[in-house]
Amino acid sequence: MSRRLALNTAGFVVAALVVAVLPRFISSYHALEWANVGIYFVALLGLNVLTGYSGQVSLGHGAFMAIGGYTSAILIAHHGVHDVWTIPLAGLVAGGAGLAFGLPALRLTGLYLALATFAVAVAFPALARKFERFTGGNAGLVLTLHTNDWLYYLSWSIAGAGLLLGWLVLATPIGRSFRALRDSEVAAISSGISPALYKTLAFGISSFYAGIAGSLVAISTAYVNPQTFPITLSLFLVVGLAVGGLGSLPGSVVGAILIQFLPTYAAHVSKQAPQVIEGAILVGVMLLLPGGAAGLFRLVQSSRQP
Amino acid sequence: MAQFWQQVVSGLASGGIYASLALALVIVYRSSGVINFAQGEMATFATFLAWTFLHHGISFWPAFALTLAVAFAGGVALERVVIRPVEGRPVLTVVILTIGLLILINGATQWIWGGAVRKFPSPFSTRPIHVGSAAFSIQDIGIVGVCLVAVALLTLFFRFTKLGLGLRAAAVNPEESRLVGVRVGWMLALGWGLSAALGAVSGMMVAPVVFLDPNMMQGILLYAFAAAVLGGLESPVGAVVGGLALGVLLNLLGTYFSTFGGEMRPTGLFGRTAVRRV
Amino acid sequence: MAPLLELEDVEARYGAIKALHGVSLAVGEGEVVALLGANGAGKTTTLRAVSGTVRRSGRISLVGHSLERRSPEAVARAGIAHVPEGRGTFAELSVRENLRLGAWTRRGRLHGEEERVLAYFPALAERIRQPAGTLSGGEQQMLALARALMARPRLLMLDEPSLGLAPLVVASIFAILRHLNEEEGLAVLLVEQNATLALEAAATAYVLEVGHVALAGPADDLRADESVRRSYLGY
Repeated sequence: MSRRLALNTAGFVVAALVVAVLPRFISSYHALEWANVGIYFVALLGLNVLTGYSGQVSLGHGAFMAIGGYTSAILIAHHGVHDVWTIPLAGLVAGGAGLAFGLPALRLTGLYLALATFAVAVAFPALARKFERFTGGNAGLVLTLHTNDWLYYLSWSIAGAGLLLGWLVLATPIGRSFRALRDSEVAAISSGISPALYKTLAFGISSFYAGIAGSLVAISTAYVNPQTFPITLSLFLVVGLAVGGLGSLPGSVVGAILIQFLPTYAAHVSKQAPQVIEGAILVGVMLLLPGGAAGLFRLVQSSRQP
Repeated sequence: MAQFWQQVVSGLASGGIYASLALALVIVYRSSGVINFAQGEMATFATFLAWTFLHHGISFWPAFALTLAVAFAGGVALERVVIRPVEGRPVLTVVILTIGLLILINGATQWIWGGAVRKFPSPFSTRPIHVGSAAFSIQDIGIVGVCLVAVALLTLFFRFTKLGLGLRAAAVNPEESRLVGVRVGWMLALGWGLSAALGAVSGMMVAPVVFLDPNMMQGILLYAFAAAVLGGLESPVGAVVGGLALGVLLNLLGTYFSTFGGEMRPTGLFGRTAVRRV
Repeated sequence: MAPLLELEDVEARYGAIKALHGVSLAVGEGEVVALLGANGAGKTTTLRAVSGTVRRSGRISLVGHSLERRSPEAVARAGIAHVPEGRGTFAELSVRENLRLGAWTRRGRLHGEEERVLAYFPALAERIRQPAGTLSGGEQQMLALARALMARPRLLMLDEPSLGLAPLVVASIFAILRHLNEEEGLAVLLVEQNATLALEAAATAYVLEVGHVALAGPADDLRADESVRRSYLGY
């Protein structure tokens, strides 16, 4: 166990160093792209707690990102709060919304939960339009611009903190309860774990992360409107999660890279049919790599052992 | 009161479309245990094929039948090639696979036919017929009719043919079905084929109303999800009733509470507002 | 002449766990063969190895045609009807639909077939439209048997037909089995906890112990065998 801890710490330090010096070697435009990777990484960390560790599928995490994004945007645009201070508030508001949604969602399992969360994400843009007084309706809210490097360091500092926090939470009895529930609800109940409490908690934690990611989206694009958080965002989050690997927090980086760069890459391969390439890659990945990137790592590790 | 009945009938028309797509979802769910997120895109693709057939001078009903046959074959092939290898994998894997298919098929449709909105001919006249003071559109009645006939034929097939019995058996108990000699793998593929054909029916019925474009079915798929969930996902009858009820309900809400209908309608997965002829 | 069913050195495994370690046995045309043994000895697994619902290796042949690579569907088409433990009827389908599924592998008209089978099970005829799930345990066992007969199998494999049933029901099921064997020459491979019943019904019996054949011979000899009597017959 302590050896694994040492390995994880070493990996984290090396990764942090790489992240810290990267902007020196890439253009400002690419720094923004990598800032987005950091933001998706935060969102995927949260989704991983929910799906990878507590076994609940959400196809609507974009909606919780949107709640965070709008919280930040409203505080900044209407109340003049400084950007950075809105980030934790956005996390808390989205986390609260997640707890509130998680409670009724307890009655739903598997695909029903997936469809219910999907419906939330579909309904959200319409809701944002409806409360135009706060959200600016279709016109949206305009925020202050920042330099790309600043955004890069902001999103990756938060991503690093989020990763550490995630590890900490999952190492506590809370994390063990999540895993117990995911593996067998019956066994978990019989050892005194309340499914209602922990499933709701998982929803809350993952929405907290989503809210923070949404807030970062708002700050980095300096603009939010109902189309900032489209339903495709929710779908791509799930795709990124599966590609990065369920139940592997560092693997989520791979998913985040996929979400950011797959559309660009696909457009590069074929200008006429980028979506065909995107879809074909997704289908291919699911057919060939069922465990996602993390599964591939594990495969490499286990094949090395004698 | 006349307006009420008019709205009920036109609600039934949209309801019939939701119902056929919802039933397609349920057939796949019952046999493979997954929600096919690509069901709507498969229907759109098939409708574009129908447009091509029509464009080459084939008249409506032969083109309709030809499209159903191609959609059926396509559904079977999709199950064999893409879904079969992930049989028994976690639900999330299969869900993401169908999301990948959704993106792929949507992209292929745009690639082949372009993103432009097209007119799709209706086999029915838009002329109204008058019953008392109410005026019903022949097109609406025709749409309900075609959807219900498709559902009814499928029901007869499931209830009264040997193959239909095998399909039901494979869906409720695949292990046992193998022991009596039913080729369960082919039954699943057949289920996908039937679903694809049923989806094509809904696509060809809705296209004259909303116009044909690559994102045409996305909003409708969401209603079909809702209808299928209303009916309990497992129940074909529930899906049909759920679809019809949802169509009528949304239409009445849209008529009597104008704020509700316009704003709560989803605009499809890729965020474009569908053109709807009123 | 080759026996109807022949197993030679058959192994089977559930994941990493080996459940059969080289089982060999034979069922002749028109013969009733019983498989005896304690729980976990591999009786059910032997049947599953034949029908292909467990991973297996070794040689399995039906009148000389090898089965060991065939899927469960193909084994059923070859003429083996497997009635698994716990009946295995289609609870949501009606009795009649269950019977029709039994005849799935047969081509052409099945005129009079339902009547022929139902003649053995009058109780089922009365419930022909009911969903199978609403039948009593005994009726479900009868339905499972009737469904298997609809296929006109060359070999019937029965797993624990007496499990959880009242003695009277068990007696009538075994009477029907004996009749089918004597009148129609149906060959049966029978797994049964109740060794007394099984040895009465069978001509030949095999005793399995932890995945291999410990004893084999004519049913009468086994009945007279001291160790069999003590372990399985209880007197």
